[in-house]
Amino acid sequence: MSAVVKLSNVHKSFGALKVLDGVSFEVNRGEVVAVIGQSGSGKSTALRCINALETIEQGSIEVCGHAIHSDKLDKRALRLDVGIVFQSYNLFPHLTAEQNIMLAPTCVRKLGKKEAKDLARECLARVGLAEKADHYPEQLSGGQQQRVAIARSLAMQPKVMLFDEVTSALDPQLTGEVLKVMEDLARGGMTMILVTHEMSFARKVATNVIYMRQGKVWETLPGHQLENPSTPELREFVGSEL
Amino acid sequence: MTYEFDFSSLLPYWREFAEGVWLTLQLSAISTVLGFVGGALCAIARADGPPWLQRVVGAYVEVIRNTPLLVQVFLVYFGIAILGIRIDANLAAVLALVVNVVAYTCEIMRAGIQSVHKAQIEAADCLGLTKTQTYWHVVLRPAIERVYPALVSQYVLLMLASSITSQISAEELTAVANRIQSDTFRSFETYIVVGLLYLALSFVVRGAFSVFGMLVFTRRRRLGTPL
Amino acid sequence: MPTFGFNHVEFLLVAALWTLGLSAIAFIGGGILGFVIALARVSSSALVRGLAGAYVRIVQGTPLLILLFLIYFGLAIVGFNNLPAIIAAGAGLVIYSSGFLGEIWRGCIESVPKTQWEAAECLAMTRWQRMTRVILPQAARIATAPTVGFLVQIIKNTSLASVVGFVELSQAGKLINNSTFQPFIVFITVAVIYFLICYPLSAWSRGLERRLNVGRR
Ligand SMILES: Nc1ncnc2c1ncn2[C@@H]1O[C@H](COP(=O)(O)OP(=O)(O)O)[C@@H](O)[C@H]1O
Ligand SMILES: [Mg+2]
Repeated sequence: MSAVVKLSNVHKSFGALKVLDGVSFEVNRGEVVAVIGQSGSGKSTALRCINALETIEQGSIEVCGHAIHSDKLDKRALRLDVGIVFQSYNLFPHLTAEQNIMLAPTCVRKLGKKEAKDLARECLARVGLAEKADHYPEQLSGGQQQRVAIARSLAMQPKVMLFDEVTSALDPQLTGEVLKVMEDLARGGMTMILVTHEMSFARKVATNVIYMRQGKVWETLPGHQLENPSTPELREFVGSEL
Repeated sequence: MTYEFDFSSLLPYWREFAEGVWLTLQLSAISTVLGFVGGALCAIARADGPPWLQRVVGAYVEVIRNTPLLVQVFLVYFGIAILGIRIDANLAAVLALVVNVVAYTCEIMRAGIQSVHKAQIEAADCLGLTKTQTYWHVVLRPAIERVYPALVSQYVLLMLASSITSQISAEELTAVANRIQSDTFRSFETYIVVGLLYLALSFVVRGAFSVFGMLVFTRRRRLGTPL
Repeated sequence: MPTFGFNHVEFLLVAALWTLGLSAIAFIGGGILGFVIALARVSSSALVRGLAGAYVRIVQGTPLLILLFLIYFGLAIVGFNNLPAIIAAGAGLVIYSSGFLGEIWRGCIESVPKTQWEAAECLAMTRWQRMTRVILPQAARIATAPTVGFLVQIIKNTSLASVVGFVELSQAGKLINNSTFQPFIVFITVAVIYFLICYPLSAWSRGLERRLNVGRR
């Protein structure tokens, strides 16, 4: 199996603050990797580096054959292969749910209006929001907005999806509906890296769980082994989160 | 055709230029101080005065803000002359500028006063501050600090707008320029020099205000963040 | 000596049309140039940003009166001696408006959250697409109220066009005053006409701003 995402000894600082301190891990096709850890441990920064939203100082990152650390990186080609969903949804407020989804396919992939509309409907149906196509973001609940954001990413047919604490801003009730969508995606064979605080979800869905601490990969273990960590730090962390 | 720039024939006039700069600064400084005080009083009246006063001040502000400064300058200048009082053009200029800038200051300060939360005033009441103390410490001071950048922009604009008073032959920088260019026939060069002088003045005035702000607003100096 | 009468009011009203015409030129021309300035101010090139910033600082740091004189005499130097006054007046007001509108609009563009840029970037949109399809539509909503507000400034500032010989409302007032010497009634009438033009725009701008703030809550 070939690695779709591969980080090797990645270092990243903000000023004097070392945020990633030699991070290495791999994600293979169809795998779901959950990244967990205390807030401030560098999880978001790691995801942002994978999508070239941040530059790295040392080490290398390969994503679907794109060398992120290289000067010759074609960022747009990278973004065609990688989808990302943020904690704060970041839907475009001036566009309806459907238009949010249609925008990138029409102006980036040059789809026709009709094709893009069909695609948008299909993606909305996948996240269970077919009937909300004409709603503006502010008319939708947080959970619904997040599902539209996932649909918007899906419409670009990415090879890898990144999720950064996509349920952290939601009530438990709304969290469930978003996790359901993500679980379906995982079952459908999507390669996913997700930063999450939902331990039970990580245990159920993740191929591997990566525990980050102080900018390092502290421990890696299979999702179903999450109750049996080998380091005391992860044991304590899992204990506090459950 | 080629034009021979000749700045040297302006050199003998450096004293006049300097006097113009000085008068522009004086006009602006006096108008700014009076405008600030008057504007603050108007803002208090507009925000918290009796209803009739609120309406009067509101109407005044609207009239000033929706008519050109040039027309206001003419009205003040000729209006006073009609009353049979002869006043100096410079004095008329200050009067017109003050009438103008009071209205703008009032509007900016009112926004600041209204941005102070009711809870702040209640908190001060509960601590036993008198009404005046509350108004000064909890309403006015934070309001001024908050709108200070907007006030500074307004007063820099005022300094530039004082050039308009050259139209009633107040002796400020632009009027000086008008006279020099008709003496020397070096119009373009004269206005380039004066344009640069105004540009320099606007930087100096802005700089002076920011130093003043640093001295007055301790919190901002320490934290560097807007209130 | 003639006294101020109906024919004078008529003369003022015709001059007011010139005020409106000159304002339209300044607003449209200044809007186009200002839009370019606003885009240049948020450009990815530091050089372009710096140049546009210098332009704004110069325009905003020079009195409009001086700007008008410079253009008037500058045009004469390059050989345009007998141009109609509206050319110099229009050019001066266009430059003046572009400096201020450019800066107002830059503020509106920058007030769109950075996360919107990022979200669009992550969808593989080009910089131009991000700007035109995601950022500008949102910035335009924010920009309407201050833009209408600035239109009032333009209308008032056309009064300075008289210094290059353009006969608009305030210059017409001055001409009438020269023949009647009834400054009070003449300039009050002039002020009333300005007020009738400007006040509705000011009120509209305030209404737009209020609606935007309600929409944001
Ligand atoms: N753009 C930035 N500038 C400066 N510091 C940042 C920036 N982004 C993140 N950080 C800092 O980096 C550290 C790691 O942040 P992050 O990756 O967001 O952690 P996590 O997602 O695990 O909570 C934090 O201390 C955060 O304050
Ligand atoms: Mg995070």
